[in-house]
Amino acid sequence: MDDYVIEMLHITKTFPGIRANDDVTLQLKRGEIHALLGENGAGKSTLMSVLFGLYQPDSGEIRKDGKTVHIKDPNDANALHIGMVHQHFKLVDVFSVLDNIILGAETTKYGLLKKDEARRKVMELSQRYGLMVDPDALVEDISVGMQQRVEILKMLYRDNDILILDEPTAVLTPQEIDELMEIMRGFAREGKSILFITHKLNEIMAVSDRCSVLRKGKYIGTVETKDTTKEELSRMMVGRDVSFTVDKAPCKPGDTVLSVQGLTVPSKLHSNNAVKGVSFDVHAGEIVCLAGIEGNGQSDLVLALTGLEKASAGKIEFCGKDITHSPIRKRALAGMSHIPEDRHKHGLVLDYSLENNMSLQRYFEPEFESLGFIKQKKVHSYAEKLISEYDVRSAEGPYTIARAMSGGNQQKAIVGRELDRRTKLLVAVQPTRGLDVGAIESIHKEIIAARDAGTAVLLMSLELEEVMSLSDRILVMYEGEIVGEFDPQKVTVQELGLYMAGAARQDISAASDAAARGGIANA
Amino acid sequence: MLNKRRFIQGLFTLVSAIICVLIGLALGFIILVVFSWSSYSSKGVPYTVGQVFSTAWEQGFKRILLGGFYNLGWKIPTRSLLLRSEICRIAPLLMCGLSVGFAFKTGLFNIGAAGQYTLGAYGALMCALILKLPWWACLLASVLFGAVWGAIPGFFKAYFNINEVITSIMFNWIGLYGVNTLMYGNGKSVMYNANESKVWKLVNKNASAIIPDMKGDGSTLFNKVFTNPSTIAVFIAIAVAIVLYVVLNKTVFGYELKACGYSKTAAKYAGINEKRNIILAMAIAGALAGLGAGLFYLTGTEQWNPQENTALPAMGFDGISVALLASSNPIGTIFSAIFKAHIATGGPKMEKTLFPSEIADVISGTIIYLCAFMLLFKNKLAARVFRRSRKPEGEIKK
Repeated sequence: MDDYVIEMLHITKTFPGIRANDDVTLQLKRGEIHALLGENGAGKSTLMSVLFGLYQPDSGEIRKDGKTVHIKDPNDANALHIGMVHQHFKLVDVFSVLDNIILGAETTKYGLLKKDEARRKVMELSQRYGLMVDPDALVEDISVGMQQRVEILKMLYRDNDILILDEPTAVLTPQEIDELMEIMRGFAREGKSILFITHKLNEIMAVSDRCSVLRKGKYIGTVETKDTTKEELSRMMVGRDVSFTVDKAPCKPGDTVLSVQGLTVPSKLHSNNAVKGVSFDVHAGEIVCLAGIEGNGQSDLVLALTGLEKASAGKIEFCGKDITHSPIRKRALAGMSHIPEDRHKHGLVLDYSLENNMSLQRYFEPEFESLGFIKQKKVHSYAEKLISEYDVRSAEGPYTIARAMSGGNQQKAIVGRELDRRTKLLVAVQPTRGLDVGAIESIHKEIIAARDAGTAVLLMSLELEEVMSLSDRILVMYEGEIVGEFDPQKVTVQELGLYMAGAARQDISAASDAAARGGIANA
Repeated sequence: MLNKRRFIQGLFTLVSAIICVLIGLALGFIILVVFSWSSYSSKGVPYTVGQVFSTAWEQGFKRILLGGFYNLGWKIPTRSLLLRSEICRIAPLLMCGLSVGFAFKTGLFNIGAAGQYTLGAYGALMCALILKLPWWACLLASVLFGAVWGAIPGFFKAYFNINEVITSIMFNWIGLYGVNTLMYGNGKSVMYNANESKVWKLVNKNASAIIPDMKGDGSTLFNKVFTNPSTIAVFIAIAVAIVLYVVLNKTVFGYELKACGYSKTAAKYAGINEKRNIILAMAIAGALAGLGAGLFYLTGTEQWNPQENTALPAMGFDGISVALLASSNPIGTIFSAIFKAHIATGGPKMEKTLFPSEIADVISGTIIYLCAFMLLFKNKLAARVFRRSRKPEGEIKK
């Protein structure tokens, strides 16, 4: 007789047009780390939302310690000691860390807050589990990793012993991921049970005890992690074999497509420059990757290249023309496509239908426009074509409102739209963020196909694995400067990590040596 | 099949709007019953419940429902001035509703319709009384004046990120007192008729500036109804609504404007000039409100009173409620404007000793309030219908 702390039995949940969970059963043992694996839109988040009381299941039952419970809202979940950290954190930016932790569970005396007691408890928890936070810092000032620790402390503060983590590692740096895993193991040792949602097979293999797999809303099975392999897990998740290595022909760099000289971009956060006089080239038919820990100026560099932010000094040449001060539309027409970092802010008009989003970069072209009118039929058929080519799943196809789609499918829609334009330069920022292995595989293939067709690709990624497998040349950024240039064949992840952390740095001559090795003269 | 789903959802919006209207009317009737009951009980004579209800109906509610058809009963309208002045009010209401609704669609809150309306009135009347231009030229002037008055807050929003609500409110008052001063001109303005202490009547100064009507010889029903002050203005306004619908939903321009409205950052990413679009959207909203004033003052029913008009024209704010009731849909706005004009005409016809005419405003106020719940009604309806139509072993659609 197994000691199940939570059992979700035969859960079915339907939304208009889509069956998100279809007879799903999930059993969580006491003190285990249980991974929930599935493709984008497989119904993982829906299932967890049912457990946390955000959705009511159409049928099925939930048991806590063998007794049937009804979880009508997150307060009920809390009373059952179930806590959840959402993919997008639910923190009050202008509150301090301590205030955020006690918010909703404040200790009071005569109606006045008693923060001293709360502070003692928080500090004790923080020390016990190695969750280092500064209780007086404002949430808006702390790193994403620390925000996540605040969210975890919130659960602990409420004495939750069933912890749900929705894609906890998506926003973390490799070092932070290691720390998080250590913390998770600590919880399990204390008898807390952890359910965590992820796409990343490595993490499942590293930290979980068991893994349940969902595919297209259906329950596929649960396996003991120690008896399984990455290959088997991905087969369960995708329904076919997935290759983890990226096959690509050697790079044949052509003409210089993008040339950046001494580019400086002011920071929005502080008075310093976010990008400090950076120079590099990207050639036709090569994939250049900007690597670095988040917040070292890569994002600002990309925004300046694509025209979303203004550069304060330096020059950007695109196909021999100076585009430093060109408007965005002009850059796009000259042949630049951009998979943006923030898909909600820039990538999609969330309240537009999918079909209108698919033509967001092209609606004014003669193919889709005549005499000022939009050819909606053409827009529709174009959207249908992209949807089937890039396997974008949604409830109502081209008519789906983008906001109603799952994050991974939103990403696939953007990637499809930008890749299909077959431009001279593709600026791709985290193109596979939040995607499952199957989708990552196909997007990597598409990016390499674009490269082989002569597109210059500037890739920015925080995933070192992606950086190593996809790029032809790696530029490491640290504090707004390029501190090293590498050939992925001749560098190790550990070595890159040193440069990313600012512990090592190539001098200029070394950098040009590295460039010379690749047969490329760097300006 | 999917198109059908969208059609049904559109239908839900309509049905829930009608539910709002019905609840608002019901509440209005309840208030009338309360008034009627309190007046009976204060008289100190015996009365029956039937009397209370019949008074509330006969002398109150029925008249609101009849609107411009008061005097006519439920009969086919003859040459009724009341009905014609109701129709005359539809055009400006519709235009102000379109102005607010259009701005909503592009992500802006145009609370400045009142000021743009004022400027539009000035533009129309100045061209009519000083420049002696024909009606269509005066209408163009009202469009132009309103557009400029809308564009200025748009400019501040686009280039200095100053909230358009704040600037529009200030420009409402600047516009009102500016126009009053210009029209009055210390009593010496060409536009000002000192004897009536109002702006000159168009009939006396420049009859060509009056918008044409059907030259009512009373031969046909159409002729009877569309005689001054009811002119072709209402047809112009409806045509504008249809054009606006097409622009918003079928054109590249509308696509860009709505993209800016939904997400400024995504529009910028797509290379849309969002600053230009904000100014243009506000200018168009202003032009619509300005045209509304032109369509009203060029019928010659009412004269501007520069010394007493010290409150912003209510038309601008009624536009907000008209737009809300129609969920900013230009075609829907046509119907909500007709409805609003109808009950506003009926309100003052209630028995004044018993019922305050503001009950009509209570009704429309309730309806607007309920509009906020419209989404709720809509979702409930959708949940009911779709749950029933769901296939039991439905597969996930790709």
